[in-house]
Formats: sequence, C-alpha cells, structure tokens
Amino acid sequence: MKLNAKIPSGPLAEKWSLYKSTQNLVNPANKRKFDIIVVGTGLAGASAAASLGELGFKVKNFCYQDSPRRAHSIAAQGGINAAKNYQNDGDSVYRLFYDTIKGGDYRAREGNVYRLAEVSNQIIDQCVGQGVPFARDYGGYLDNRSFGGALVSRTFYARGQTGQQLLLGAYGALNRQIAAGNVTMYTRTEMMDVVLVDGVARGIVTRNLETGALESHFGHAVVLATGGYANVFFLSTNAMGSNTSAIWKAYKKGALFANPAFVQIHPTCIPVHGESQSKLTLMSESLRNDGRIWVPKAKEDAEKIRAGKLKPTDLPEGKRDYYLERRYPAFGNLVPRDVASRAAKERCDAGYGVGSGQAVYLDCKDSIKRLGKNLIEERYGNLFQMYEKIVDENPYVTPMMIYPAAHYTMGGLWVDYELMTTIPGLFTIGEANFSDHGANRLGASALMQGLADGYFVLPFTIQNYLAGQLSVPRMDPAKQPEFNETLEASREWNAKLMGIKGSRTVDSIHKELGQVMWDHVGMGRNKDGLEEGFSKIRQVKDLFWNDVRIPGKADGMNVELEKANRVADFLEMGELLAKDALHREESCGGHFREEHQMSDGEAKRDDENFKYVGAWEYKGPGKEPELNKEPLDYEFIQVKTRNYKE
Amino acid sequence: MDLTLKVWRQENRKAKGRFETYSLKNISPDSSFLEMLDVLNEQLVNGNNEPVVFDHDCREGICGTCSLFINGRAHGPDEDITTCQLHMRKFKDGDTIVIEPWRAGGFPVIKDLMVDRSAFDQILQAGGFISVNTGSARDGNNILIPKHKADESMDAAACIGCGACVATCKNSSAMLFLASKVSHLALLPQGRPEAVRRAKAMVAKMDELGFGSCTNTGACEVECPKGISVAHIARLNREFLIANLKP
Repeated sequence: MKLNAKIPSGPLAEKWSLYKSTQNLVNPANKRKFDIIVVGTGLAGASAAASLGELGFKVKNFCYQDSPRRAHSIAAQGGINAAKNYQNDGDSVYRLFYDTIKGGDYRAREGNVYRLAEVSNQIIDQCVGQGVPFARDYGGYLDNRSFGGALVSRTFYARGQTGQQLLLGAYGALNRQIAAGNVTMYTRTEMMDVVLVDGVARGIVTRNLETGALESHFGHAVVLATGGYANVFFLSTNAMGSNTSAIWKAYKKGALFANPAFVQIHPTCIPVHGESQSKLTLMSESLRNDGRIWVPKAKEDAEKIRAGKLKPTDLPEGKRDYYLERRYPAFGNLVPRDVASRAAKERCDAGYGVGSGQAVYLDCKDSIKRLGKNLIEERYGNLFQMYEKIVDENPYVTPMMIYPAAHYTMGGLWVDYELMTTIPGLFTIGEANFSDHGANRLGASALMQGLADGYFVLPFTIQNYLAGQLSVPRMDPAKQPEFNETLEASREWNAKLMGIKGSRTVDSIHKELGQVMWDHVGMGRNKDGLEEGFSKIRQVKDLFWNDVRIPGKADGMNVELEKANRVADFLEMGELLAKDALHREESCGGHFREEHQMSDGEAKRDDENFKYVGAWEYKGPGKEPELNKEPLDYEFIQVKTRNYKE
Repeated sequence: MDLTLKVWRQENRKAKGRFETYSLKNISPDSSFLEMLDVLNEQLVNGNNEPVVFDHDCREGICGTCSLFINGRAHGPDEDITTCQLHMRKFKDGDTIVIEPWRAGGFPVIKDLMVDRSAFDQILQAGGFISVNTGSARDGNNILIPKHKADESMDAAACIGCGACVATCKNSSAMLFLASKVSHLALLPQGRPEAVRRAKAMVAKMDELGFGSCTNTGACEVECPKGISVAHIARLNREFLIANLKP
C-alpha cells in the first residue's frame, strides 16, 4: 500500500495555516446534516465531540465508563506543555517542536509535530477560558514547572491533577453540547466493531454493558479516541478498563497499525507489591524536578537495605550513587522517560536495586531542606499522600521507592496529516493514533496532543473529508445489510467466547500474557527473547481460546465477557507488538534492542535502514500481516544522535 | 489474613437484593480492597459462580468510579481516600467486612454493588460549565487570578464525582457535589458571567432528580475522599440567594 501522509507543502511554520486557509469546509446549514460518531471521552474524544457539536454537527459520543468524566485522561498528573514562553526562558514554538522530535528519537513527522507545537498555546487559552484552575503565582499569572527532555519551564499544571482538571474542562464543554442537543451521549457502551459500507467507515456496532444488547449506529464519519494499549502488559498505569479493542477491530477492518513496538515504560511508578497486584500507580514525572534518583554505590549496602538491616536515610551522602546525574550531567534527573527507565533497570539488574530488588529511590530530602516541607507539600501533596496510602511509608521522611512500568503507547493507528486512517472516513485521535511522539513521548505532551487533536485539528480536517460527502444521506442501520452483517459477526464472536466453557478465569490468562510481554517484549528486547516471547504469546492465546471460563450470559451484564473481549484482542495485539519489535533492528526511544547499543549502553539508532514509520496491514486470520513503510524525510531539522549528557 | 465478607447481591435494577456471605483466605495486607475483591471474584468464577459486580477503573483514586459502603462508611475506614486506595492493612485477620452499594434515591442499584450515577451528569449538564466556544478564548494571562482564589477554586474543583457525599447524607442530598462545581467556577472571573444562572439551574435540576435537601449535618465533608469543605455549600447558598433576588 502506498502511504500518503498528505503533509501540505510550503515552509514548516506555514503548513498548518496554508492548509486551513485552503481546505474544504462545510457550510453552517449543511453541518447539521452530518452525523459524526466519536468513540471515547478522554481529552481527545471529549474535546472533539464538544468542538464538533459547537460547530453544529450532530455527534454521537460513546464511552464504556458510567460517565464521560471518568476516562483515563483524568489520571494524568504532572501537566501540559505549551510554548507560551511566559517564563522568558527562551521557549518558542520551534523549540517545543524540536524538543518533541528529538525526544521522540527522530521517528515522528516534522509537519505533524510542528502543528502540535503551534496549537499548544491556544490550548492553554481555551482551558483557562473554561475555568481550569491552573496554578498561579502571587501576581495572578500562570505558573510553570519543568519536565523531562526540556531545558525550559513550559509545563502548565493544576497541582498533581492536571489531567483531571483539563478533562473536567472538556467534559464541561461536552455537557454544554449535550444539553444543547448537539451531542448524544452513550455511557456504559463498548464499541464492538467498525461498519464499512463500500470500503468507507459508516458506523459502529456497540454493546450496551448493562443490558448486553448489541446495537448499530450510523455516522458519516467515525472518530476513534480510545486511548492506548499498555494494558497488553496487564500491569500498567492504565485504568483497568483501558483497552485496544476499538483500534484493533479497525485494524482488522483494514486500518494500518503503525509502530506498535513503541511503548513507553514510565520510570517513576510505585513498585509491584505481590501477586494480587492489579495495576501500577504512577508517581508524576514532575517529582523529578525536586527529587533526586539514587541507589547505593556499593552492592553490600544495597543488600543490607533489601534485608532491612540498613535504612536508606542512614546511608551517608558519599555512599549514594545519583546515577542519572552521574551519567547525564546536562539533564540530570530530567532526562527523557525512556532513558531514565533503562538506567533504573540497568542498576537493578546489576544488583543495586532496593526494596524487592526491583526499585530505586526518588529522594526529595534536598528539596525539602532547600524549599521547606510546606512548599513541597503544596507542589506534590496529593502524590505524597497517595504514596503513603499504598506503601505505608512517609515519603517526607523516607525516600520513595520507584520502578518503571508500562504507561503510554506511542504506536497506534496510522493516520495522515488530517488524522484519517487508511480507511476513508475513519479518523483516530489522541493516544490511539501514532502520529506525534515518534519512538518516545516527552512528559506533559500527551495532554497537549489529546487536546490539540480534539479542539484544534480534527474539527478542521474532518470537514475537508465531509465536504465531499454531502450527497450521502443518513442511513438507517436496520435497512443496511453491512450493519446487520457486522452486528451478527459480533454476536457470533460473543457466542464463541461464551461457548468455550473452560476452567481458567480471564484475569489469570491476562496476567500470563502480561508476564510474557514484560519479560520478552518489555524494556530490554533481543532477537532470541522476542522470538521466544512470540511463541509464548501464541501459547497463551491457545490457552485462552481453549480454556477460558466466562460465567453468565451474553445478553445481560457480564463483566467477565467484557474482559474476555478485551483480552482476546490484547492477545492478537501482543503478537503484532512482538513482530514489530523483532523487525526493527535498531534501538530508538522506548524501543531498545540489546543487540543495538553503544559501548556505553546508550541506544544505537539506525537511520539508514529504519528512518521510517512501520505500518502493519492486516491480511486476514492466520495470515502474516504486511509491513508498509512511510519514509520520514527531515527537511527542516538535522537528524542527530540524542544526547542528554552535555 | 483470613476474612469473612457479607456482600450485597442484587440481580438487576428490579430484583430484590440480599446479603451473601463469603470467606477468603490468605489475603495480603499490602493488597488494596479492590484487589481483595478480585481474589473473591477469581474464587467465585473458579467455582462457576457469577462474580460480584462493582464499579472501578483507574484504581488510583481519581476517576471516581469506585464506590462501596464498607462497614457502614463510604469508601471504608480510612480518611481522604477512595475505596481503591483503601488497603487491607486497615483490617485485622479474622474480620467480618460488610460491603454494600451506595444507597440513595438518586442512585438506583444496577447490579450487586454497581449503581447508576447518571444524575450527576444531568446536574452538570444543567449549567456546570463556562460557555466558551473552542478557539474564542483570549490569552490565558489576560485573566489575572489571585493565587489564593485559584487555590480555593482548585480545592473545590478536586471533586471526583464519586457520590460518597450523597451516600453518606441522611437526606441523600447532592449539595456538596453541586457546591464544589458552583464554587470552583464562581471563584474565577471567567465563571462570574453565568454564576447566577448556573446556581439556579443546577439546584433546580438536583431537586427534580430526587435528591434531598441539605440540613447542615456536615457528614458529607467527613466522608469526601478529596476533603472538600462544606464551606463551599455556604458559597453555593449565597450564589443561590443572589440568583433568587435578581429577576
């Protein structure tokens, strides 16, 4: 397949303006003739549904949660980036663009990323307008903090609950459109499949999670805003319900899946406590502003600490190894996430870990001494409280223990500049697409991208598509064979799952999958491990389809069936993830192939052979997917080796 | 630790519910309350029984999905947390734990421990927002907001919409929920233009949906996992009074 990213021509800084001023638009009277389906109500979904509703389109918005306000964007803690340069510290749209491309290890498109940086400022204005209570300084101006991978302070925040406040802003805008009748909201509803009519996306099939009823919905266009697939690892920072099913079903209908191997392992999460662990909790990256990461310099001290014979607070300064500051003097504790995660793994694997051995310290004592406990509490109070509740230790006194965990997925459905997938009429926004973060996402950029796509990009670009759809009437799904066929296929799929009647719970199989993914397709990957992982995933998949047990019925509320549907897709997704990781014979961003590293352990990228987006095309059940390549041409910046040392 | 659970089971919205007793062994004190329920459900499914249905999602105390009345307290026996942040170390070996859904007229039970909180969405749809279209806002720093105001607004905005306030209130009043939104927006200059209309519309919607009135017992504040103060109810009352004085 020939992939056309449709990047507008012209100078980098003018591409988006040129696009907007020459694209096709839909006139106000015609807008209400269009139905648009938006799946998901996180930052991307809610902002898109609200903005499209404001423009006058008729929007149907779906979420599996009981309220749109609960989508997992709500859990984002640290902040949102924007190139406002309010701090007068040298920031600019270009610098944000450059940091993002570099942070992504030169695996993202220039055009998309520049646009992201460009609209970042409007996002802040929009959110302030909605009443998002961003942190302010004493003069009443907006405050900023710094985040990994940047040399400026450009992160706006609302305590440690920035995602919550931004989502509540978008949810407010959405509520306003629901009240106005422009958006119809469907909660506790899960998307089962995309419906194509003559190869064009025209709707979805859903399952009502309370009644179990399958339903069809028509839309002139379908927008997926269903987030990432980190739960393929079972243990991740994602919500329990976060899943890959919507984008996976779209992939199986012909949308290309790009860079599935690009997964972000977040360096600062609370370590695993035991077997009944159901998820991992993130401690915001913003803590790295005021916290220093260390392990003992001597293995004997690490052993004593693990055995409980030595308290970390009793270890003198000279016996601590602040390994990030040692290895990366220029960025120190604020290196990008992939670099920080690998460095933690390296120390723990070498025997210097604390706690269970799979943990390092994040120590705020110097900042508490310098700034006072009150200020630290003001900045991170809720995080410290959360840590104390989970670990039962007071982080103001004892340093926090942290370890990397699966967090965010840079890969996702392939989209062009207009955010449309390879299926006409099917758009994908937010974490669900692959477009802006390359091989690694910088902190505070997920919120930026979700809202950029939803507020400022999709509402324009979708019109360029819809302008050509004026002759398409609203369809009645009941009278359209394609809808009935898709609905029947979903019914059969559920029946097949219910019919297995095996002996294993869904969760127990999901945990097995997660363990295989973490061990073989996690932070450190190599050919043998990936091949072994690949065959193990297939074994788990066989186990699932032969031995899963789902009590109850399909035509009623059935939480085990909901989970089974998601895990069935994760099992297939896991295979593609491993395949992509195996094919990419280089290390870049979150994808680290142990065969490809420098003598000092840093990632070794191969621009000659892998400077492309790897987009996988589904070829049917049991068939090998086909790799399509979209070359990445850097016209405006010079591609360099990432260096956070000097 | 070994535990006895008395859990509310209810087939559907219309069915009559009952308590079922289950015993659990070898629960780790480091696991969370919901992880303990996961273990129960594993046990139930392994015995070919239907698992206990309960709402949960982020499991880090921010999405507001989890609920549960545990031993007579919303979100269980700990301060300033949601059920998902409650850890088993708060219980003792051999304890009996009673687990019920939120009980309030405004929150009908859907199944077992899961309730319908869509009334909260409806209350906010009545006016819990600032009417600004995408793209029309001016520069963020053109609106100066004194730090203490922004902080106070953030205190109120921290509401996660879990419903513990309603479940705890003897009148099943949603006043703390309403007040948190009214207060969050009324404290900001951007929120002032609609303040009057907002308070009026949201209170009217709350009454319409069958929530009770506030009698200032303060119970809601005690159980709010985000520590939202009843002082915000005072602000709501002020806004509401002004709303009713103005034509």
